[in-house]
Amino acid sequence: MKKLAYDIVIVGSGAGGGTIAQELSPLCRQGARIAVLEKGPRLRDEEFTGRELEMSAALYEDGGGFLTADGTMTLAFGSAYGGSTAVYTGTSMLPPERIIRHWNVPGLTHADLECRARKFMAENNVHLVEDEFINENNKLFLEGCRRLDYDVQQFPVNIKGCRGSSLCNLGCPNQAKQGTDRVQLPRAEQNGVEVVTRCQVLRIADRTLAVRVAAKPPGAKGDPSPWEPGDYQIEAKIVVLCAGAVSTPALLLRSGMGETLPRLGHGFTAHPAFIMVAEHDRPITNFVGHPKSYYLDQFAQSDRFVLETCMYFPFVTAKSLAGFGAPHSAFMRAFPRLQMILVLGCDEVDPDNRIAIDGGGRPVVDYRFTPETIRGLIRGAIASAKIFFAAGAMRVHMPVAKNTTIEARDAGDLEQIAAGAEFKPGKTPVSAAHLQGGCAMGSAPSDSVTDCYGHVHGIPWLYVADASLFPNSLEINPYLTIMALADRVAQRIKEDVRTLL
Amino acid sequence: MPLDLDPEIFRAIVSTIVPEASAMDEKGWRDLDRVVEALLRDRPESLKRQLRMFLRFIQWLPLVRYCRPFTSLNFAARTRVLAHLQNDPIQKVRVGFWGLRTIVLAGYYAREEAAQAIGYAASPRGWEAAR
Repeated sequence: MKKLAYDIVIVGSGAGGGTIAQELSPLCRQGARIAVLEKGPRLRDEEFTGRELEMSAALYEDGGGFLTADGTMTLAFGSAYGGSTAVYTGTSMLPPERIIRHWNVPGLTHADLECRARKFMAENNVHLVEDEFINENNKLFLEGCRRLDYDVQQFPVNIKGCRGSSLCNLGCPNQAKQGTDRVQLPRAEQNGVEVVTRCQVLRIADRTLAVRVAAKPPGAKGDPSPWEPGDYQIEAKIVVLCAGAVSTPALLLRSGMGETLPRLGHGFTAHPAFIMVAEHDRPITNFVGHPKSYYLDQFAQSDRFVLETCMYFPFVTAKSLAGFGAPHSAFMRAFPRLQMILVLGCDEVDPDNRIAIDGGGRPVVDYRFTPETIRGLIRGAIASAKIFFAAGAMRVHMPVAKNTTIEARDAGDLEQIAAGAEFKPGKTPVSAAHLQGGCAMGSAPSDSVTDCYGHVHGIPWLYVADASLFPNSLEINPYLTIMALADRVAQRIKEDVRTLL
Repeated sequence: MPLDLDPEIFRAIVSTIVPEASAMDEKGWRDLDRVVEALLRDRPESLKRQLRMFLRFIQWLPLVRYCRPFTSLNFAARTRVLAHLQNDPIQKVRVGFWGLRTIVLAGYYAREEAAQAIGYAASPRGWEAAR
């Protein structure tokens, strides 16, 4: 086993890890040795082809097919240089004041988070897409919402030089999204931070990490790891965990920290979501242009759902439509005429929903859909159908309706359809990409895993800086909030550095 | 054939889930098999074993109601058998069918020919390619 020593080791390179790496990188000029250990590969620009299965296999954990323990929900999270910022759509939302107040974390204020989030908005070129580059899939959502007098909003996005490939979730083939893979990590590397890809952290103990570097599989995308394949023992004076809401709690659990941190793994939320699809009588621009321009969150509090425009690829779309056979095929054959809406449920922390590990130390996500979450998803489906029909759709596919195809002539019966709707785990196709919680911030081990600066209770050298810090659901796209929290963690580490290094 | 799945049973299931698959030529089936093979290659052996067992279960389940195996049924009866699995009161059965359905849909729709057939033509060149 090879042995190496660093001052600071950051585990994960997504919104949290990339931010920490950039913010701490000036310490390299003072002689500090900093490494980012990333489990996934680093792809070359020309390897982003936009081909569905090959990009999913290269950029997502389990190729995008990571399932909850009972197999009823797919969790999509990145495993690559840049983490999930390599595969998100770049929607950049400020943390909502209502939510941060509801989190009620002593020492954490909305004003502080917003101020930090705005710094990253400027850094990542966050802006509203000009009207001429918004496609019909998005404009029809806007039109439908306006006809219904809904309070529709435009997403700020972090793109630069976007050509409108619509392939954001497969890694932008034009390097337009300003994720940590394009902004923060390259800056950190310029300042002297080492980024080690294909490097999985197996366990952490007292200022020591056991890691395994994998060889590049034959035919796989991406560069080989800068380190030789094999097992390493790494000494680090400070460790910052940014592996995400599934992998960070799992790493701490398999490192035996569950006993001293009883809340570890608890408080997992995910914004469970499904896709609603509608067919228009004419082709619309849908697989060209940025896929996510508008959202509707006015029902987040009252009905527990948020709607977002979206556009997916053939296999993901096919998988997301309920059922099979002729009705399923009919929607797939109508692809150029399809409008899509993503329905996200605003789930709350539930005692049954948590991250655990199996006998081999691999993460296991226990998740059950609470009646409130199911109600939210059904209400979201009905609101989506109303929007589709208000925008002129001929028919709608509703995964929770008994008869999944609803014709325009039945648009008046939507409330009756809602009353008879059925949400069957294992049948209703549900996925989630906003994974949160598991190492919640709070004041003591009895209610949390870290303090409000991501400092793990009772372990002076260990910090967390990713979405696992969220004590409850954020109810919006999370990456800017993760960056803002990571910025706070970086500030605390800079303050602590003299004592710890 | 991916993972030694019985080709007759597997293709009968694929053609029921995606009716257009019955019109595929041998190259189309080979491409579909390749996608499924790649998708399952790194999955745990236990999952592959379960999949093989589930296929056999589907083949023999209709004996109870139709006195014939799945592959001897007409399209309408095959559809009823799969719909029954999809709506089964036991969640594990529904999840099993969902997994099989996912593999089938990946095999069919991740092929270039299928994308062309449904009119999907996203390009890295985006607006430039569309105009």
